[in-house]
Amino acid sequence: MLETLSRYMEFPFVRYAIIVGVLIALCSSLLGVPLVLKRFSFIGDGLSHVAFGAMAIATVLKVSNNMLLILPITVLSAILLLRTGTNTKIKGDAAIAMISVGALAFGYLLMNIFSTSSNISGDVCSTLFGSTSILTLRKEEVWLCAILSVIVVVAYIFLYNKIFAVTFDEDFAKATGTNAGFYNLLIAIVIAVIIVLAMNLVGSLLISALVIFPALSSMRVFKTFKSVTICSAILSVICALAGILVSILAGTPVGSTIVAVDVAAFFIFYIVGKFR
Amino acid sequence: MALLTARNLCLGYESHAIIDNLNFSVNEGDYLCIVGENGSGKSTLMRTLLGLQAPISGEIIMGDGLKLNEIGYLPQQTIVQKDFPASVREIVLSGCQGRRGLRPFYSKEDKALAEENMERMSITDLSGRCYRELSGGQQQRVLLARALCATGKILLLDEPVSGLDPKVTAEMYALIKELNSDGITIIMISHDVSAALKYASHILHIGDRVFFGNKEEYLTSPAGEFFRLQQTGEGGEADA
Repeated sequence: MLETLSRYMEFPFVRYAIIVGVLIALCSSLLGVPLVLKRFSFIGDGLSHVAFGAMAIATVLKVSNNMLLILPITVLSAILLLRTGTNTKIKGDAAIAMISVGALAFGYLLMNIFSTSSNISGDVCSTLFGSTSILTLRKEEVWLCAILSVIVVVAYIFLYNKIFAVTFDEDFAKATGTNAGFYNLLIAIVIAVIIVLAMNLVGSLLISALVIFPALSSMRVFKTFKSVTICSAILSVICALAGILVSILAGTPVGSTIVAVDVAAFFIFYIVGKFR
Repeated sequence: MALLTARNLCLGYESHAIIDNLNFSVNEGDYLCIVGENGSGKSTLMRTLLGLQAPISGEIIMGDGLKLNEIGYLPQQTIVQKDFPASVREIVLSGCQGRRGLRPFYSKEDKALAEENMERMSITDLSGRCYRELSGGQQQRVLLARALCATGKILLLDEPVSGLDPKVTAEMYALIKELNSDGITIIMISHDVSAALKYASHILHIGDRVFFGNKEEYLTSPAGEFFRLQQTGEGGEADA
């Protein structure tokens, strides 16, 4: 087994996949903690469907670099969703469900009508459940991902106390002079960027798993915000690593294998939490 | 000059006024109770005082060197907080956040202040415990300690005893009274008029009849009369 692994490791694209996978898992799990606590677990789902819709538009318009279209659209939706979450006519969960299903349907419709390839359902399936694009990453993309991850992690550490205050009690934070609106906006933008990056890895349907599972698992066992955050980050990295290695050895799809490992970890933590 | 003065205040949502032409002032060391029926705009008034919502017209004037962000706030519990994984210390310390500005981490002084306020609320022995595992009364003490970290001058309390049993309620009132005796100005929203009359120095009654003054005046005013009648008539409305 180790022999097979080390043989695979000689290919640069396998190493790239592992690096990018671990980094994305780390970032998404960090942001997952405040998002789950703010009752925004579904935002990952909603935004990834928006990203899917945007990708369909990019494909139809034949934009050369489809990131240029996907990223702004997703960021914009994230801002709208998190802003409406607090005080509007359409409540948070309904707004997310609406945008998410709407974008999904719209994206599939566009892909179907303006089809350029002969295998539409295959194309759609690979965007939804993760394609092989994680194995075709170029060196520049790995660097981009690494730099973004470093920015996210450093920003998270520096804003950690503010994120806690805003997540625990937004009104109190606002009333005592913390600019809660700005930090919500920041969280929205960062999560949108992570989701667009993560589409390559697990596909748009499974991104929410990366965001919510590590946070939910560690909340079963740990009881302070700091320990939950740290545990969530470590757990997510381990699960992503294990998932990628298993998928290499067993030839399973990368995205769903990572998510399966995350689910398994959740059950272990759930049981441990019960017996504590 | 008064610590806080409301002048010709008109409050509500989207130009639909709930309260019109409200005038009152709070001096240092006062204990003001805001009473009124459900929907009379008590919480709207509180949100306006905290600067979370702009008044439709009129103004709130801060005096005696009180700044907008120096109001400590004890909110009603939200669903989010019910199962929030956080230790008591983390929550109390977050009361200092408003003052930190852009500086990312808490200073030694902040931590000392948090310890001091936990001591004051006698929750020091709970400091490592998880917030969601505490009793209702203990949770309120944690949130009070957090509010005290944000300010040493004025506290706004939004129904601090709702959901607490009679014994803990009495303890909570005593605790608030003690803070008031230490010189902290208290503004409290309450349904419990009898407790308001027992502890407060001033009463603001909003609703159909508006009254502001000290509590002796309140008892003889039409607004107070109305509430008293209602209480004896319906056998008390304390938990309405």
